[in-house]
Amino acid sequence: MTTTTSTPSATTMPGAGAVAARRGGLYAAARLPRGTAWATLAASWLVTGGLFGILDAAGASDGFNLVGTIFFGTVLFDVAIWSLALLVEGRRRALDRLVTSLVSTAFVIALLPLVSLVATVLQNGLARFDTAYFTESMRNVIGAGGGGLHAIVGTLEITGMATLISVPVGLLASIYLVEYGRGALARGITFFVDVMMGIPSIVAGLFAFALFALATGNPGIRSGFVGAVSLSVLMIPVVVRSSEEILRLVPNELREASLALGVPKWLTVLKIVLPTSIAGLVTGVMLAIARVIGETAPLLIVAGFTASMNYDLFSDRMMTLPVFVYTQYTQAAGLHAQAAVDRAWAGALTLIIIVMVLNLAGRVIARIFAPRYGR
Amino acid sequence: MSKRIEVTDLDVYYSRFLAVQNVSLTIEPRTVTAFIGPSGCGKSTLLRTLNRMHEVVPGARVEGRVLIDGDDLYAPDVDPVLVRRQVGMVFQRPNPFPTMSIRENVLAGVRLNNRRMPRADADDLVERSLASANLWNEVKDRLNLPGSSLSGGQQQRLCIARAVAVAPDVLLMDEPCSALDPISTLAIEDLIEELKQQYTIVIVTHNMQQASRVSDRTAFFNISGAGTPGTLIEYDDTATIFSRPSVQATEDYVSGKFG
Amino acid sequence: MTTDTARRGGIRLGDRVFAGSAATAGALILIVLAAVAVFLIAQSLPALGAGPGELPGTAQNFWVYVWPLVFGTIWSAFLALLVATPLSIGIALFISHYAPRRLAQALGYVIDLLAAVPSVVFGLWGIVVLAPFVQPMYSWLVANLGWIPLFAGPVSGTGRTVLTASVVLAVMVLPIMTAICREVFLQAPRLHEEAALALGATRWEMIRMAVLPFARAGIVSAIMLGLGRALGETMAVAMVLSPALVVNMFLLTSINPNTIAANIALQFPEATGVSVNALIASGLVLFLVTLGINMIARYIVGRRRAFSGANA
Repeated sequence: MTTTTSTPSATTMPGAGAVAARRGGLYAAARLPRGTAWATLAASWLVTGGLFGILDAAGASDGFNLVGTIFFGTVLFDVAIWSLALLVEGRRRALDRLVTSLVSTAFVIALLPLVSLVATVLQNGLARFDTAYFTESMRNVIGAGGGGLHAIVGTLEITGMATLISVPVGLLASIYLVEYGRGALARGITFFVDVMMGIPSIVAGLFAFALFALATGNPGIRSGFVGAVSLSVLMIPVVVRSSEEILRLVPNELREASLALGVPKWLTVLKIVLPTSIAGLVTGVMLAIARVIGETAPLLIVAGFTASMNYDLFSDRMMTLPVFVYTQYTQAAGLHAQAAVDRAWAGALTLIIIVMVLNLAGRVIARIFAPRYGR
Repeated sequence: MSKRIEVTDLDVYYSRFLAVQNVSLTIEPRTVTAFIGPSGCGKSTLLRTLNRMHEVVPGARVEGRVLIDGDDLYAPDVDPVLVRRQVGMVFQRPNPFPTMSIRENVLAGVRLNNRRMPRADADDLVERSLASANLWNEVKDRLNLPGSSLSGGQQQRLCIARAVAVAPDVLLMDEPCSALDPISTLAIEDLIEELKQQYTIVIVTHNMQQASRVSDRTAFFNISGAGTPGTLIEYDDTATIFSRPSVQATEDYVSGKFG
Repeated sequence: MTTDTARRGGIRLGDRVFAGSAATAGALILIVLAAVAVFLIAQSLPALGAGPGELPGTAQNFWVYVWPLVFGTIWSAFLALLVATPLSIGIALFISHYAPRRLAQALGYVIDLLAAVPSVVFGLWGIVVLAPFVQPMYSWLVANLGWIPLFAGPVSGTGRTVLTASVVLAVMVLPIMTAICREVFLQAPRLHEEAALALGATRWEMIRMAVLPFARAGIVSAIMLGLGRALGETMAVAMVLSPALVVNMFLLTSINPNTIAANIALQFPEATGVSVNALIASGLVLFLVTLGINMIARYIVGRRRAFSGANA
């Protein structure tokens, strides 16, 4: 592997020529007919589909296993296409085909959980995706009914607070890195921002808890604000990195043009650099929000959970959507278990919709409002 | 409005690296002075020291003096921001602000400094500046379109209008035509001819025909090899530089023997 | 040139305030990171000195308490990477070198969407969909390959084993690993690739000769970053795994080692007294491990200081 780049490869690759001689034409090589790959794939899926169909008919599994069909069918295809190519096209081409099919298989395998997950959430979440869900809390609800309004409000408040803390700090820090920073401080910040991206979310929760428990002297502190602080620890590095990347895209020529007009540097940053990159900055913030809005672990331990509405960030436990999903599912028991599970799925659906909307909106903003630099 | 520039014993450093060594020259008001020379000879660097734009590069510093009408640009209490308001600059590639309309681009120097201006005055300034950049007739009906909607040559004239709008004494031009086609280049050259009635103009160019067409005086810079500082070889009337230069290297360069 | 003194003072002040607040915000980040360490240590101390009886369970001291959790954390993360590494390299190659260019960007978005799914939803999906889906396979493995120690029985009846949790973890770390691999694959010098093709290499030979050697450091750092994520991921493990305080390497049984993060999430809401400190101390251990791994990863990548100008 280490020496491959320098190996003169022409001498080691006589395959094409040797095969061509057999066919007559100088550049013709034995190839599988076009479409062989697709036909093989379809055949493989049919075979595994048939197998699973028999299993289903025999009652060994409940329902036809579509995911299994696609998964095992694709694996079968990898083997089949390699064998075929080995027989017809020779070793080198067969290897190439094998890798191509493996690489595509990897992609299909990655798509399966995504598709399955979205389908499951939709299927289970729609049961309770109703008006009551969006207008009621869980106060005094035993069994069916109730809703996640208190969790939605809590999520919006806590995430909003976290955004209020993170965006100014993150944006200013990225401005420092791009416009002012050099030397040890800038290098340190760049490095540790990256390191901070890897902090486990539960550690961020523990940090916020430890900080406020010591600061307030209350060893059992739970509040929305503590949750917002823990989310900020997770959000700030994301905002810094995305903003830094965007600010670096602003051509230096614009800064120079402004400075050459006798505009001081801070006004150049405020009035030229930031407006030019505003779309990208907004996108970065939206993606950062999407990243933390689904955080469960830190909120579970510092914001706690409750069945009641709590609008006050600074006192008492506050429910959030991810924690709502978690508690509804884990505490589902007894006669009304299914009602709780349905609420959990409705919460999951709400979360996914929020996250997807934030993601898509962010990308749309980036695409539509991206400045044209006139080149 | 236009002013005399006197450069005395100027050395320019990028951190440790000496980029330009020991340059002295005097630029008269209301003239066009061309800086010519091979790439890397420090002519752009020298140009940028005339409004302290070289300081944008970290580690850049100068030794020596630059006087504009007797005021030392590098005196300790001088604010580079104020220097740049008196010494405008036009860059190699047209760089209108992409978030601003044509009108806003012209007013940028005024507006960005938070200076308020009555609308009538602003309209007047826009028209005067665009007119002096020979652009008014082409854009007067679309002042609110983005600056980037113009052609390259128009954008460059917009940048000149933007620089003129803050009423500088001196205009520095760093290869203003190198990104433009011949027709647009001609338009800019005609404009330079007109602007010199009011401003002291210094232009860096790689194009010797351009230097001989537009400038009154020409300074030739050269380096003796890679990594060595650029020096001023010869500074004289343009006609002299191009017909009977006193230094062999100048003659070789302007006659196309190297560079 | 010096007539406008009053104004100049204003400008200088604006510049100073602005630059100062930017630098402060930057420094704040370092302070926060330091504060994380300091406060975790401060709250961990009571647990580190705690004796038998004070800690949850029957642990003699903190290290006995935390060891099974550390093992479980590393073991599940290791399994997750075993699954995720080849997949993410494959996906990244697919996007960078196999998929039609037009399609590639859209495919990248789709993978990024995986990263956006909240972990609690992954947890639900793991319990409800994945565990029942793999359970029959586990039964088959235990029945037929049970003589391999990893696959020893008795098989879990729910499918909620460390292997299932690791598969969920793998899906969760895929996006970041894919993103980094994709980036380094795209940066492979185009000239080398074309040179390889011009020598008559097939596409795979070209990738092996011109792309993979170039991308090795990037792949390693992707693995490290994926590892960092997998170590710290909480909810998916907490929900999917049926945990115990044990150390074993059986993949398919219902007695599985728990992870630090999942243990904190499960125990914290009900914990009081020294138990809280013990949980925080275990969090400190997790913090230090992930910190170390991330620092190594970032050191390997080095930050290409993007030469995008902006040096003003």
